[in-house]
Amino acid sequence: MAVEKKAVPMREQPVEQRIKNFDEVPLGYSEEEAIKEASRCMQCAKKPCVQGCPVRIDIPVFIKVLKEKDFQKAIDIIHENDSLPCMTGRVCPQEEQCQAVCVIKKMGEPISIGRLERFLADWDLNNRKNKKAQEIRKAAAKNIKVAVVGSGPAGLTAAAELAKKGYDVTVFEGYHKLGGVLVYGIPEFRLPKAIVASEIDLLKELGVKFATNMLIGRALTIEDLFQEGYKAIFIGAGAGLPDFMGIPGENLSGIYSANEFLTRVNLMKAYKFPEYDTPVKRGSYVAVIGGGNVAMDSARTALRLGAKHVYLIYRRSEKEMPARVEEIIRAREEGIDFRLLTNPVRYVGDEKGVVKQVECIKMELGQPDASGRRRPMPIKGSEFKIDIDEAVVAIGNTPNPIIPLTTPGLKIKKDGQIEADDWGATSIPGVFAGGDIVTGAATVITAMGAGRKAAEAIDKYLS
Amino acid sequence: MFKILDRYVLGPKMHYILMEAPLIAKKAQAGQFVIVRMTDKGERIPLTIADFDREKGTIALVFQEVGKTTSILAGSKIGDYLQDLLGPQGNPSEIENYGNVVVIGGGIGVAPVYPLARALKEKANTVTSIIGYRSKEHVFWEDKMKSVSDRLIIATNDGSYGKKGFVTDMLKELMEAREKIDIVFAIGPAIMMKAVVELTRTKNIKTIVSLNSLMVCSMGMCGACRVNVADKTKFTCMDGPDFDGYLVDFDLLMQRLDTYKTEEYSCQCNTK
Repeated sequence: MAVEKKAVPMREQPVEQRIKNFDEVPLGYSEEEAIKEASRCMQCAKKPCVQGCPVRIDIPVFIKVLKEKDFQKAIDIIHENDSLPCMTGRVCPQEEQCQAVCVIKKMGEPISIGRLERFLADWDLNNRKNKKAQEIRKAAAKNIKVAVVGSGPAGLTAAAELAKKGYDVTVFEGYHKLGGVLVYGIPEFRLPKAIVASEIDLLKELGVKFATNMLIGRALTIEDLFQEGYKAIFIGAGAGLPDFMGIPGENLSGIYSANEFLTRVNLMKAYKFPEYDTPVKRGSYVAVIGGGNVAMDSARTALRLGAKHVYLIYRRSEKEMPARVEEIIRAREEGIDFRLLTNPVRYVGDEKGVVKQVECIKMELGQPDASGRRRPMPIKGSEFKIDIDEAVVAIGNTPNPIIPLTTPGLKIKKDGQIEADDWGATSIPGVFAGGDIVTGAATVITAMGAGRKAAEAIDKYLS
Repeated sequence: MFKILDRYVLGPKMHYILMEAPLIAKKAQAGQFVIVRMTDKGERIPLTIADFDREKGTIALVFQEVGKTTSILAGSKIGDYLQDLLGPQGNPSEIENYGNVVVIGGGIGVAPVYPLARALKEKANTVTSIIGYRSKEHVFWEDKMKSVSDRLIIATNDGSYGKKGFVTDMLKELMEAREKIDIVFAIGPAIMMKAVVELTRTKNIKTIVSLNSLMVCSMGMCGACRVNVADKTKFTCMDGPDFDGYLVDFDLLMQRLDTYKTEEYSCQCNTK
């Protein structure tokens, strides 16, 4: 049988419409589309996609079952390894993972594994809303308390896995709302917040308890948690202080870190100001600095807030951009003005201290640096100014410092990350860690993988 | 949950609220603050902890009605619950035996000066408190401040109560009388703290200020509260709120405090 070389496309909101709203851009597969796409899978014996998946979902098997229209069984297979498929189906960089190694890629487009995962996860969510919740396979209660610090992807995954094993799990979240980066960082148009809330509701059905407004390291420390009777602790505290370039004028009004800009818009819903109380500047000419997914999210958010022109300023070329190809394409489609091989050198403000210009310098690529990418070098005398009224600095962040600062005996690497082995074990017995707090800024799925492994390690430690 | 146990009006648009918050009360120290959010659609705002009682499990907040959140908080009644309360946030003030200490509170800033003076007194410092208000009707906590001060100087801008003048005028008098001052702590509007620092710099008296920058997360993640200290970017929530006043760029702080002036105005109109 000849293999269909082209993937079934996913419908999405047209560009001219979507730049005026915060609704999700890709609209998902219909049942027919999903089955058609699933039929392209060759069910090859080597299953390279499973190795390409950080949490080792049995991809060919769920695709086969999907093709047979047994959606419940298909989602059950995914759930065995992935507690949050609604999210990973949307935000995983599949083109670098499972889909990058797909056998069909040699002759055409790889199977759209992410889209199929999303289809099943959305089907499951709708089904759960309509019917009584599925019986979730769960071990007998062990009556052993485990604390999870942080409710982002690492923490939620660890909590789900531990609850399934029968532990009494409480998740502590510093913010007033659950979800971590899934709610403060990733915009609504990439990951609708109602979906995050539904996935968290499922964890509540599993018996996971949640405490918001509880910042571990301040009101309660790791030591306090042990005294309160928790037998093991998983730390998934995530991202910390935003990085800045340290150039003149960077603290002028109108210059945000991406963390602040996105938190205002996503978590505090500043795009609905004044219905919501938290404001955000709505610049007309906005410069976003950086080339990762967070930079793309910031640029596309600025556009949706009404910017006339959004510049994306990145010091290397497009090839070196860490952002997902899909996001780069969408940003370009939406009219983001990519200024590549360009780096800011200073900001200029008006008499009230509000940013009005960014001065940049042109760059060229030299020899490869430690990251393997060619090092950008400034071209002397190539400085030029761009008129702006807002800037968003999206060049990364350091790990959150609060737990490292308030937990004596916890070994910290020199860049501020918590030292942990492959299974998340830290220098303190019973304390495990995973996600950005251990690896530095990475993806949702990597954090989930770490949460999953740590849950297994915690189970072993407590048995 | 965070139940309001007591509340009263301190002066024009100035309020006192006592609330149940045992975990926060247990850990709170002078210099720390909380984040308050009043509704599902509300903003997160920082308020300094004006008092705490570890045994009773209570904390007190003193605040001025300036925006939507503080207006809603001002309208709350005994028995009401706060939607969200996070704390204690920020680093505690560094309390040591310094010797002769002058603490300065301006307006609503008198409230956080109270636990600070109390902590300094407990460390056997000789505490002179200078508290300044706009006028007599704004004066609050005179007795409380007296109970933790070796000497209390009250000033009002218009002279309707205590001495006439600004807190800096009072400090200047002490300095001109060649009193021995080992350290000054100042809490109040940015412009007041700036003026205090300009004065103490002339005699090289160490001065600690507590910065009131804008904030969103308060937990070292968003960077809304960044300030320039010694020409370096610092985060008020993680590195402060106390800083060496000589090193703070107050002009930048004041510019950044004005970032949302137009938005704040439209938000307040919306509540009416």
